[in-house]
Formats: sequence, structure tokens, C-alpha cells
Amino acid sequence: MFLALRDLRVARGRFALIGAVVGMIAVLGVILSGLASGLADSGISALRALPVTHLAFDRSASGELFSRSTVTTDTARRWAGEPGVRKAEPLGQQLVHARLGGAGGKQLDLAVLGVRPDGFLAPPPLSGKPLSGDPNGVLVSEEIVKEGVRIGDHLTAGQAGTRLTVVGTIGRASFGHIGVVYAPLPLWQRLHYGLPGALPDAAAHQATAVALQLAPGTDTGAIDHRLGTRTVDKAGTYAASPGYTAESSTMTLIRGFLYAISALVVGSFFTVWTIQRRHEIALLKAIGAATGYILRDALTQAAVVLLAATAAGTAVGLVLGGALNGSAPFSLQADQVTLAAVLLIVLGLAGAAVAIRRITKVQALSALGGDR
Amino acid sequence: MNHPAPTKTPVLRLTGVTLHLGRDQQQVTALDEVDLTVAPGEFVAVTGPSGSGKSSLLAVGGGLQSPTRGAVHVAGVDLTTLKEHQRTAHRRRHIGYVFQHANLFTSLTAREQLLLTAHVAGRLDATTRRRADDLLEAVGMTARAGHRPDRLSGGERQRVGIARALVLAPEVLLVDEPTSALDRARARDIVGLLAEQTRLHRTATVMVTHDHEILDAADRVLTLRDGRLS
Ligand SMILES: Nc1ncnc2c1ncn2[C@@H]1O[C@H](COP(=O)(O)OP(=O)(O)OP(=O)(O)O)[C@@H](O)[C@H]1O
Ligand SMILES: [Mg+2]
Repeated sequence: MFLALRDLRVARGRFALIGAVVGMIAVLGVILSGLASGLADSGISALRALPVTHLAFDRSASGELFSRSTVTTDTARRWAGEPGVRKAEPLGQQLVHARLGGAGGKQLDLAVLGVRPDGFLAPPPLSGKPLSGDPNGVLVSEEIVKEGVRIGDHLTAGQAGTRLTVVGTIGRASFGHIGVVYAPLPLWQRLHYGLPGALPDAAAHQATAVALQLAPGTDTGAIDHRLGTRTVDKAGTYAASPGYTAESSTMTLIRGFLYAISALVVGSFFTVWTIQRRHEIALLKAIGAATGYILRDALTQAAVVLLAATAAGTAVGLVLGGALNGSAPFSLQADQVTLAAVLLIVLGLAGAAVAIRRITKVQALSALGGDR
Repeated sequence: MNHPAPTKTPVLRLTGVTLHLGRDQQQVTALDEVDLTVAPGEFVAVTGPSGSGKSSLLAVGGGLQSPTRGAVHVAGVDLTTLKEHQRTAHRRRHIGYVFQHANLFTSLTAREQLLLTAHVAGRLDATTRRRADDLLEAVGMTARAGHRPDRLSGGERQRVGIARALVLAPEVLLVDEPTSALDRARARDIVGLLAEQTRLHRTATVMVTHDHEILDAADRVLTLRDGRLS
């Protein structure tokens, strides 16, 4: 570190330049990580919050399972009797259009989750009353509250003009970028059926999936076979929600490119730098410095630049991101931001290491000048 | 001139050293069957015209360059049998080298040039720091100790280079044209310092020069001509 730190001080202009590049990439890294977490939140936060380990869908459904799968409440009941199943209840999912109040009111999109009002899926309200009272009562998420919906408001939903009464609120919950509303299952079944008039018997027993709490090691294959379902673990259901896979893989691709570019830029900088100091490297060897000593020195230098630039850039990114935070889809997550910073440093170091490797090829004899 | 007792085991011994440089038509015999033995505490001066092989002799003696033929013993080990990294380690432990061109690090102050050598050898402690300051004083660089090479004159840089080679009191000291950029009085001081350090630390010193006025400080004076030592 003896020489590396003094080089940093004397050539600070050059190092400030590469530091600025890395710092700006770190800022971008924070923003992109906030965007990725935000997109994920607004895509699947409702699924993530479900107190389940697995969901069982209709076996014949594929791809966008939530819009294609239908199961019956009977299937849920039979699941509950299988070995290893701690809890099993029907869960409905339906996207509906609604108006605040009656005709002419503000238009809203709702992702309605239908649950047993007294079951384990029904969320406790943050304010207002639980689902178990009013058969037309619903709990609305913060996303819907932001649209101006309050406890006591009425919503008119779907073609049939089903009337919903807001009885309480829950925290943030959205599904496919649409705010979530929790409704009692019978109400959900009416919304799902969508037509006015009495509910046919078949529609009165429908749900989208069976929400499950399974003991570890439960043989879902055998149960699926018996009951005609397809069980997906919780994380697996994210991929089945609208747009989630495409969004998250796009974000991953963008971030991957960003870090690859950063590693290449850092690598190029240290390549030029190492070539420029060839003579001093030869001189170090001539005064007896082992290759390991010189490599350590040079790597420390790269690490100091990367650490300082990433720390500064991340700090700036957090300030900028803090201003954006809350305005969807943006959410800063400590672990994601840390991961972004660590990746930037590690990949930058890898780039620098490749560049610095050429130190090993320098001959001590070159210290004498000329080309012997 | 006081010759050391012949029973002393030599610290530096070149035997039958031949060095060819360049390729094919351009090939030059820089060193031709050179034999040289230097005992601890002995100060040997080598003169010779430009291009006679003086710098080549030191490069081979310091293990910076492998001879085409012959053996180079430093502190009991034949450098030509060592691997590159072993030669580097041997140089670190036993050899001080004053380069023909001062060869200082651009980002280090005069004082730090000396300290780096100690740091490289893992010997940067209070004693070495004190010795560094003493040597800077001895070469008249105390007032300029905090300056980097771009703010030093050629002669000042040369004196820092000399102090640097002495900082670890090496067993073998190889000195290439130490006075080429110095005035007469300063040249005498510097060679006096080299001679004094040679005696004090029982160093085997080889100084290459074509400045005949400083030869009387040496125990022995040898001449190189077309790569042959006599
Ligand atoms: N890379 C090389 N290829 C071919 N010949 C070389 C090379 N380097 C040096 N020489 C030749 O080797 C001979 C010895 O060079 P050396 O540098 O040892 O001379 P010197 O006595 O130190 O000269 P000076 O007093 O000018 O420093 C010279 O003839 C020089 O031209
Ligand atoms: Mg020379």
C-alpha cells in the first residue's frame, strides 16, 4: 500500500475521473435496484404477503395460471384432508373495473382476492372492520386508498354493477401492478361470474386456486394426481402473475449490462495505468519487490478507488432515490442496494485484476532503460 | 590501499561470465570471460570507456540480467541457478543497486524513496527511518527530503538514488556512475560516503565510473575494455 496510496494522491486527477465513472454507475445501480424492487412489489406484493407455502391450481391451466385456473371449493375441502396439509382454503383472483360511488364516479381497476372472511387468508385490517361482518364489505389496499377511496365509500364493480362497501384498509398490496381489494369469497364469486341475476350453482363453488400451508416434504405430486391439481410453491407463483417474468428478466439484463460495462471500463483504465507505470514496476522488481507485493499494492489501489467511488455513488443514489421512494413503482430495499454495491465492487475488482495481471510479465531489467 | 585478508569468503564472485546482447548480425559481446571476486568490506572501482560493458557487469552481478555463460555468486548462492522470483528475493535481501540514471519513483518524496525500499523488504521500522534520515543528511538532501523527483535537480536525484541503495546496509553494493551529475566537491563527498559505508557495514562494493579523480577512494581499480576485465 506504500506506493499505491501515494500514486493515488499524486495522480488524483486521473483517479478522480475513473472514480466519477464508477460513482455514476453506482448511482444508476441504486436507481435501477429501486425500480426493480418497486416493479416486483407492484407485481407480486399481494402474493408475497399471502400466509401460504403453496398454491394448487387447476391441472389443465398453464402459463398465466391466475387468469386461467379454476378450482372448486370442494377441491379445497379435499386438499384439507390430505396428509401433510396444515391448512387449505379456496382463493379467488379476479381483475375488475369499478367506479367510485355510482355511474360517473372515478374509474378504478381492482385486483380482487376472494377469501373466507373468517379463514386464515383474510388479512387483519389496519383500520376499519374485518371482512367477517358485511357480506358486501371489502378491505382495500393502500394503493386503492391513494386513488381517493375511503372507509364507508361504495364501489360499483363489473358489468353486473355489484356494489362493494369499503369496511377497512390494509397495507400495500398489489398484483400485476393493480391495487388489491380483499372480498369475502361469495362476493368474489359474483364478481367472477360477472352477470346480473342469481348465481348458477357451478359459479357459487368456484375459486382460482387452493391456498395451502404444507408441512415440509409433503408429497404434492401424489395429491395433485388424485385431485386433478397442479401445486406450485409460493415463489413459483410469482412467475405465473402477469408480466412478472418479463419485467424481472429485463431489469436483470439491464443491470447485468451495467455491471459488465463498469468492469470493462475499470479494466481498461487499469490496463492503461499499468502500461504507463511499466518502468516503475520494473524498478520495484529491481529493488527486490516480489510480484505478489506489487500485485497486492496495485489491487489495493483499485479497491480503494472502487470502494470510495461506490460508496459516494450509492450515497448520492440513496438521496435521489429517497426523493422517488413511494412514487410507484420504486422501492429501495437495503439488501438489494447492498447487493448492487457489492456487485459493482467485485466485478470492478475482477476487471482491474485482469488488467493488473500484466505486472507479472514486466522484467526487472527494464529498470535500466533501453531494451536489453 | 588496504587489501582485506585473503581468507575472507567473498560475497560477490563472477566466474567466466560472458554476456552476449542483441541477435544475429547485431550481436555484441558485452562481457567476455569476466572473473571478479569482491570480499566483504572491499571497495572495487571499475573504469572503462563508454560501451565497454560497465553497466552490463553490474546488471549481471545484481541478477537483473542472466549471463550467457558463467556463474555469479552472491552471498554464497549462484544467481544463475535461481528462478526469477528467487533472484528477486535474493536481491531484496543482499543487494543494493545505484542505477546509472537515478530511477526514482515519480510519486514519492526523496525520503519516501528510501522508505519504500525498506517497506519492500518488510523492514520499515523506527531504526530504518532514522537511518534514512541520517543518509539523506549525509548526501546533503535533508532540506529537500520532502520533495518529489520532478522538483529535484539531476544531481539531487542521483544523491537520493545513492542514499536509497544504502538504506538497508546491503552485503553487496553495485554502483553505476554515482558522480556523473555532481560537481567535484560533491563527488568527493559521495565517494567518501560510499567508502565509509563499505568499511562500516563490511559491504562488497563495486563502483563503475569513468571519473578518474575519484578512483583513489577504492581499494582496487580494474579496467573494462570491450567486455574484458583487467
Ligand atoms: N539491448 C542491447 N542489444 C544489443 N547491444 C546492447 C544492448 N544493450 C547494450 N548493448 C551494448 O552492450 C555494450 C555494453 O553496454 P553497457 O551499457 O554495459 O556499456 P557501459 O560501459 O555501461 O557504457 P556507458 O559508460 O556509456 O554507460 C555496448 O556496446 C552496448 O552498445
Ligand atoms: Mg553504463
